[in-house]
Amino acid sequence: MSGCSKRCKLGFVKFAQTIFKLITGTLSKDKIEDELEMTMVCHRPEGLEQLEAQTNFTKRELQVLYRGFKNECPSGVVNEETFKQIYAQFFPHGDASTYAHYLFHAFDTTQTGSVKFEDFVTALSILLRGTVHEKLRWTFNLYDINKDGYINKEEMMDIVKAIYDMMGKYTYPVLKEDTPRQHVDVFFQKMDKNKDGIVTLDEFLESCQEDDNIMRSLQLFQNVM
Amino acid sequence: MAAGVAAWLPFARAAAIGWMPVANCPMPLAPADKNKRQDELIVLNVSGRRFQTWRTTLERYPDTLLGSTEKEFFFNEDTKEYFFDRDPEVFRCVLNFYRTGKLHYPRYECISAYDDELAFYGILPEIIGDCCYEEYKDRKRENAERLMDDNDSENNQESMPSLSFRQTMWRAFENPHTSTLALVFYYVTGFFIAVSVITNVVETVPCGTVPGSKELPCGERYSVAFFCLDTACVMIFTVEYLLRLFAAPSRYRFIRSVMSIIDVVAIMPYYIGLVMTNNEDVSGAFVTLRVFRVFRIFKFSRHSQGLRILGYTLKSCASELGFLLFSLTMAIIIFATVMFYAEKGSSASKFTSIPASFWYTIVTMTTLGYGDMVPKTIAGKIFGSICSLSGVLVIALPVPVIVSNFSRIYHQNQRADKRRAQKKARLARIRVAKTGSSNAYLHSKRNGLLNEALELMGTPEEEHVGKTTSLIESQHHHLLHCLEKTTNHEFIDEQMFEQNCMESSMQNYPSTRSPSLSSHPGLTTTCCSRRSKKTTHLPNSNLPATRLRSMQELSTIHIQGSEQPSLTTSRSSLNLKADDGLRPNCRASQITTAIISIPTPPALTPEGESRPPPASPGPNTNIPSIASNVVKVSAL
Repeated sequence: MSGCSKRCKLGFVKFAQTIFKLITGTLSKDKIEDELEMTMVCHRPEGLEQLEAQTNFTKRELQVLYRGFKNECPSGVVNEETFKQIYAQFFPHGDASTYAHYLFHAFDTTQTGSVKFEDFVTALSILLRGTVHEKLRWTFNLYDINKDGYINKEEMMDIVKAIYDMMGKYTYPVLKEDTPRQHVDVFFQKMDKNKDGIVTLDEFLESCQEDDNIMRSLQLFQNVM
Repeated sequence: MAAGVAAWLPFARAAAIGWMPVANCPMPLAPADKNKRQDELIVLNVSGRRFQTWRTTLERYPDTLLGSTEKEFFFNEDTKEYFFDRDPEVFRCVLNFYRTGKLHYPRYECISAYDDELAFYGILPEIIGDCCYEEYKDRKRENAERLMDDNDSENNQESMPSLSFRQTMWRAFENPHTSTLALVFYYVTGFFIAVSVITNVVETVPCGTVPGSKELPCGERYSVAFFCLDTACVMIFTVEYLLRLFAAPSRYRFIRSVMSIIDVVAIMPYYIGLVMTNNEDVSGAFVTLRVFRVFRIFKFSRHSQGLRILGYTLKSCASELGFLLFSLTMAIIIFATVMFYAEKGSSASKFTSIPASFWYTIVTMTTLGYGDMVPKTIAGKIFGSICSLSGVLVIALPVPVIVSNFSRIYHQNQRADKRRAQKKARLARIRVAKTGSSNAYLHSKRNGLLNEALELMGTPEEEHVGKTTSLIESQHHHLLHCLEKTTNHEFIDEQMFEQNCMESSMQNYPSTRSPSLSSHPGLTTTCCSRRSKKTTHLPNSNLPATRLRSMQELSTIHIQGSEQPSLTTSRSSLNLKADDGLRPNCRASQITTAIISIPTPPALTPEGESRPPPASPGPNTNIPSIASNVVKVSAL
């Protein structure tokens, strides 16, 4: 009963307030939005010297990299959405979002959902200036979607499908439905030494080092910076 | 290409390593980075304001001036910077485009200046960001309308000589101020429209009584007179309509236009009345038709621009008017219903039905309040007052929209009229500027001559004639001179040219043998007060005057004497025989240039009119034309 009377009182007070507002003419409340304003997450990277020590880049190169990074992401971190957008701009024909998703997770070593400049530069350092071993290890990490240390056919299928998605619809010869699957089969034939349906890191490293094409292509982007 | 994210290209390429193990075929070779420059700062000097940016920033958009090698044309070796002689304010926006990938349009900037700058830097305006694109497009459209108005009125002013009769007539109808006949016609039709309307009105006024019958309206009393007036007006209108129909460039479109429909509706009742005068059955309908005669008043809209604007406004506000009507109808129905049921109880209520209450509601909502129907019950009065209050609101809402539309269109029209009025003055100024520049050449030639002449004479006291022309000007003049030499023609000013034409047709002049003749061998000086026909000779030549005279210099300048207020210089190559009299003109003349006036002694000989007499060589004193107003001076 007391609760009811309390509610009644509250209701009456509210009603009186509305009437008052109607009379005095303030019909709309000022919306107070400041409290919930999103605080800009701003991250600043560690010093230039530290980064230089940690990576294989020179100061100059780090400066160029950071400028580009900061231009796109003024807050200092990349989230997956921005990452996808940036990557999509390089591949306008098809849909690069899936591959960008996998890439993002490969970059985001700490699985926080955002890539800071240090992570970015570390990964780039491996990809561009690292040893063959490091590069292959990074690539294995990329393929291993669930990060369990093994690549199975489904994971590979996803990756290959994502790569083919980037091609888009208008290709020559025309993309068929089972092209990715065939591609994955070929890959597994090459990589899976013991034919157990999964590829381990050692199998991967061994098979890649045997293949001249792969070795040569890994050196392609040496001078990208 | 995603130029904005060009900085991320190394990352994208690095990420391609992920494809390598999957690939079956060998990868293509990477493009070699031949001139691998370290990213360097570029200094862009725009009218003194220095901007600095990275080279790679500019290279993001390689199809613009700054992104391509085109900017090398602006490179200043001494200061090692790129210098652009353009507006630094707009350059700020342009450079920001390179930096951020978004082009903004500053509101304070003039739209055409902005467009010019964008065109210079090779940037398409279409990439203006969404934030500023609307504003840009609006301003651009406004500007285009304004220029189009100018062009339209320009085209109208141009005299189109090759118009057919039909076209002239149409033009006369559309623009009455083009010819007097059109103006007369315009006023006559206006007068007759007024007469017709007044007739219609006066027709119904009671005009006193005829003995033996009741009061008659004037129309019935003086029916013959009114009929004659009506006939006259209708005849004029018919003729006008037929003429317009004949002259219209597209008769079908003309027939469909509003004005022609009004014309037809205005004259039809008369003809219909002629056809069926004595038929009693349709005379009622005939009387109704007479109402249409009042449409003649709409013919005034051809004469009044304000009416046209009003009509145009109403047309453009059609949606607001529609809304007004719709909301009024809704309110009327609601309140009529309420009032009907509220007043149902009271006795002898005038609110007999809902439609009957409509009248009350309309009168109340428009705050007229005739008072023929008033509610008697209390509920009725309450609802009646609510009705009148809401009426005020509902009507007040769409009115400002209509008013603002009208104001906008009206001001636009005012602006257009003002521009048209100013156009004449502007064109005149432009023409003066043009003739000024062409005269400048002639003046400068003369001054150059005088300069040389004076120099030759070694008269130290004579100052250099003429002002020092700038280098550009002198080069320009030299160019014009070369053209003259090439074509063996001379530049001449308009008045002299017309004179020449007139005179050449009047007098057939035997031309002399001089090879370097102008194209007007027949030109001559007949009018003594205008010209002297002396040959000139090169001031630095030693040829005797006679010989010289036979050698007609192509370029001769007439220097007008001071008698004539406006200095006209003209050169005509006159092949004059020495004997063809230079009429002696006793008045002293002065050589006046536009800039400096040099008093010439009256005894100047023809050869050396620009020289002081003592130095004059040739004794051709039988040409005492020094005193004439115009003195020819060799232009070489």
